[in-house]
Amino acid sequence: MKTKYSSLFSLPYLIWSLIFIIVPMGLVVVFAFTTEGGQFTLDYVSQVGEYTNVLVRSVWLAAIATIICLLIGYPLAFIMSRMPGFQQRTMLMLIMLPMWMNFLLRTYAWMTILEKNGLLNKLFGLVGLGPFDMINTQGAVVLGMVYNYLPFMILPLYSIMTKIDNRTIEAAQDLGANTKNVFTRIVIPMSMPGISTGITMVFVPSVSTFIISRMLGGGGNLLIGDLIDLQFLGNAYNPHLGSAISLVLMVLILLCMSILNQFNSDEDREGMLL
Amino acid sequence: MKWLSKTYIWVIMAFLYAPIGVLIFFSFNQSKSRSNFTGFTLDWYVKLFHNDLIIQSLINTLIVALVSSIIATVIGTIAAVGINSMKNWKRSIIMNITYLPIVNPEIVIGVSFMLLFVMAQGLLRNVGMDFEFGYMTLILAHVTFNLPYVILNVMPKLRQMDKYVYEAALDLGCPPVKAFFKVVLPEIMPGILSGFLMAFTYSLDDFVISYFVSGATSQTLPITIYSMTRRKVSPEINAISAIIFVVVLVVLLLVNFHGAHKEKQSRREGVRI
Repeated sequence: MKTKYSSLFSLPYLIWSLIFIIVPMGLVVVFAFTTEGGQFTLDYVSQVGEYTNVLVRSVWLAAIATIICLLIGYPLAFIMSRMPGFQQRTMLMLIMLPMWMNFLLRTYAWMTILEKNGLLNKLFGLVGLGPFDMINTQGAVVLGMVYNYLPFMILPLYSIMTKIDNRTIEAAQDLGANTKNVFTRIVIPMSMPGISTGITMVFVPSVSTFIISRMLGGGGNLLIGDLIDLQFLGNAYNPHLGSAISLVLMVLILLCMSILNQFNSDEDREGMLL
Repeated sequence: MKWLSKTYIWVIMAFLYAPIGVLIFFSFNQSKSRSNFTGFTLDWYVKLFHNDLIIQSLINTLIVALVSSIIATVIGTIAAVGINSMKNWKRSIIMNITYLPIVNPEIVIGVSFMLLFVMAQGLLRNVGMDFEFGYMTLILAHVTFNLPYVILNVMPKLRQMDKYVYEAALDLGCPPVKAFFKVVLPEIMPGILSGFLMAFTYSLDDFVISYFVSGATSQTLPITIYSMTRRKVSPEINAISAIIFVVVLVVLLLVNFHGAHKEKQSRREGVRI
């Protein structure tokens, strides 16, 4: 199949991605650095500095959600990977099923549970507690992120852990390693690529979300995503500032990913999807 | 230890399923309340099927998902064949472009499409043509974010393929195009199918990108659901959730059952050999 012209087959795709990936990305950069009249300016990029508190809050909440997902997901992925084949498949299906529900519905579910006269407050009321203010708090936003993106952490962890041979663990135990040593010296180092993939797959959507914060965080807990949305479809219409914020968000994520990528060898990259 | 891990699994499953369970439970509630169950009813389901907006947006969703995933499958499969024959820097550039829509946050992709389409609107207006945000913009955006999934599913199949079979076909006098359809295509078909299905489901489920490129007349189901959540109380959402949950459950069970069946079959065949 390797004739002189066979690489030409990718030409339609190349043209497509030029128009619909490269040009739009370029437009974001151009808009971020120009005024409405088309002159070069740094005003909008420096204006992003006024929203430092929002940036910090987004990174902070997303980081907490990512760590919680890792702490919850890691043991589960390990338990799953040591199960018999049929149980593994069932578990996998059970974890993927909620993922296939639209995330708006999943977030809406928590909205109804956490609200002032919601189910949880009603349950607390039965034992004489509350009502608590649970919705419209940062805790609710983190909960929404964890709930929505936990499967994204479990799945890559699980798929890397199924590759850890039980005999490796047994060998370590035979040589006198206790449970703690087995984990810190065998399981965790061997599952490092899964950890970094999982972290990326939870952190990126968490830090850029605007729905979870709007539905569960009320008006007071805006994230970067909400800012961008406001500039493009909200009252504060200003695509130049919106582009500048988007650019900052992209740079932020690229930075995080390049730090994480150091744990990933090249061959694992194509396995990133699942 | 055994009971500890069992309890742990149950707690996580409760966390994952309790909210969905609550949604479905209250879809049968007579009153609009989301915490008091006053009596069983199927009214919300009946209302749902008489809600023209929801039905129309469901149709829109299916049209956009089907058209965009078919286009993406065709362009993506051809592209994968081309990329597979590339080497070194050319290949790595094109693969990096392919990863871009996956690693970029959805909101940035959505915003960048909006900028592109607004600009295109302006340019086309100058030459006397006009278009609105609608099916067209939705499909273009969906094809773009579907393409990587098709390419990444087809590429491994192409790599695994024995290229000498194709060359043998040529040696035996088969013209290249016919050889492609007779030899290559059947080999990579599983990859094409899974790429298509993945693209289709992502397209069905997408909210963020569609949110930025859809027009007033071409809302997809996730966008309609979003505008319903903005209103304070709308039990129809619960009914939608229940239906989607059942559909997803049935599809997953079928896929799983089919997969297990196939595995058993191939194992049995393996024994016979």
